[in-house]
Amino acid sequence: MNEIMQLFLENREFIFVIMLSIFLGVEVISNVPAILHTPLMSGANAIHGVVIIGAIIVMGHAAADNYLALGLGFLAVVLGTLNVVGGFVVTNRMLEMFKKKKS
Amino acid sequence: MTQFMLEISYLLGSISFIIGLKMLSHPESARKGNIIAAVGMGIAIVGTLVFHKNEAGESIGNIPLILLAILIGTGLGYVMAMRVKMTAMPQMVSLFNGMGGACAAIISIVEFNSHQSQSPGFLSIVFLGLAIGSISFSGSMVAYGKLDGKINDVYSKLLSLTNNALFLVIAGLIVLGIFMPSALGSTSIWLILVLALLYGVLFVMPIGGADMPVVISLLNSFTGVAAAMGGFLYDNSVMLTGGILVGSAGTILTILMCTAMNRSLLNVLIGSFGGGAGGSKGQDGEKVAKEISVTDAAILCAYAQRVCIVPGYGLAVAQAQHTCHEFEKILEDKGVDVYYAIHPVAGRMPGHMNVLLAEADVPYPKLREMEDANPLLSNTDVTIVVGANDVVNPAAETDPSSPIYGMPIIKVDLSKNVIIMKRSMGKGYAGIANELFFMKKSRMLFGDAKDSLSKLIAELKDI
Repeated sequence: MNEIMQLFLENREFIFVIMLSIFLGVEVISNVPAILHTPLMSGANAIHGVVIIGAIIVMGHAAADNYLALGLGFLAVVLGTLNVVGGFVVTNRMLEMFKKKKS
Repeated sequence: MTQFMLEISYLLGSISFIIGLKMLSHPESARKGNIIAAVGMGIAIVGTLVFHKNEAGESIGNIPLILLAILIGTGLGYVMAMRVKMTAMPQMVSLFNGMGGACAAIISIVEFNSHQSQSPGFLSIVFLGLAIGSISFSGSMVAYGKLDGKINDVYSKLLSLTNNALFLVIAGLIVLGIFMPSALGSTSIWLILVLALLYGVLFVMPIGGADMPVVISLLNSFTGVAAAMGGFLYDNSVMLTGGILVGSAGTILTILMCTAMNRSLLNVLIGSFGGGAGGSKGQDGEKVAKEISVTDAAILCAYAQRVCIVPGYGLAVAQAQHTCHEFEKILEDKGVDVYYAIHPVAGRMPGHMNVLLAEADVPYPKLREMEDANPLLSNTDVTIVVGANDVVNPAAETDPSSPIYGMPIIKVDLSKNVIIMKRSMGKGYAGIANELFFMKKSRMLFGDAKDSLSKLIAELKDI
């Protein structure tokens, strides 16, 4: 119990950020028209590619002789980049269709 | 100073994600929103590369290797995203989502192996990040395979039992690993990895192909949570906000998609089990669907007052959106009132049809949402179903044993005549028979949607 209380106090700022982000996420998305469900999902998909920053940190601090960390880190950065770049490009392509309609 | 710059870049990143998401939920600003989020992501990545220092005060090393990896990822991601056809977009989103999940899982594995002191807090973050990331990865891969037609649906009671048991085992392993780290040692991480991967596969396997968008959206929010775990791990604010934001927005989006189909999330996830038995009632054999010739169909349309077009996945596959628009214009020239009835989940993704028809410059007022279209249908002379199936299946209203029972449909059977363009008598994506084809007022026009539409146009020009 003590440990849990300690954990809470040590991370209370994070816990606040999490709570606020959850409500923000809900608030931002509600009332989106059905047409935009797909692009929105794709856009959100690209945003969680932010995990690539973790991959960069892993690789950036891996010792030069730690081949497991280097190899896996390399793979993680490639995959993370795929998520980010692919996600944003696909979303943009979907949304191009909407733009054309107006012109 | 560097710390300050890093946090500023993360602050900019977080703000851009929020604004980007907000703008993405409005048609006019959506494109800009996407670009803003992308720029924010770029700032956060560059900020990390240049300013990040670990607890020992070391900057990011191995820069050439990291840049190489980013280069490979960028090139590959760009080419894949540009090459994919509009019809295959959903698979692509699923694939990229899986990549993110895998990335999160790998981070957990490396961090677990490179830390000596392992507090319960650290362990719970690593294990959760690993489990959620792995489930998201393998689940997305299965969803990708299903949408691409490489994997078929598997219905089995046993599967769901195994899956529930597996979930408990993984949860137990995580708890054990957190509170008694010595019990399993370093094998725990590999064990959780393998079981979570398996769970992801079994989780998606029994869910019907037509429900894949919902599943992808759910897995999308999973990956968001996995990314947030990484934020915890590194005290990294942008990963935390970005991840949680996607986690909660993704969950809401998933629920919105379910609402569009008038089903609960639980119903989507477990409702498919009875599907195999319910769909195959042995009455198909006796009935014969009636065909219609192109000429007859053309005449029927040309002398109608009002024609409704119901597009579906078949239209997307045949890339028939332009031909369809042409067909609609010819009818309009002949004084026929034409409108499109768009089911919210027609195609493979919500909004799929709107995107395609917008590409073909179909005027926006001609596109009617399902709720607006249904009351019009009883005053419609001819309804043309172009490659849609499940979204017009009356079984959703009449047959409680049908897997799609309860889903709102476009009630095409209200109109006076129904012409169904289809490649064959094959079943739709949900794999169930469609009573509509055998109704008295229904006529089948077999063939590729684009072909059939072009022939209709040619006939119409002669009338």
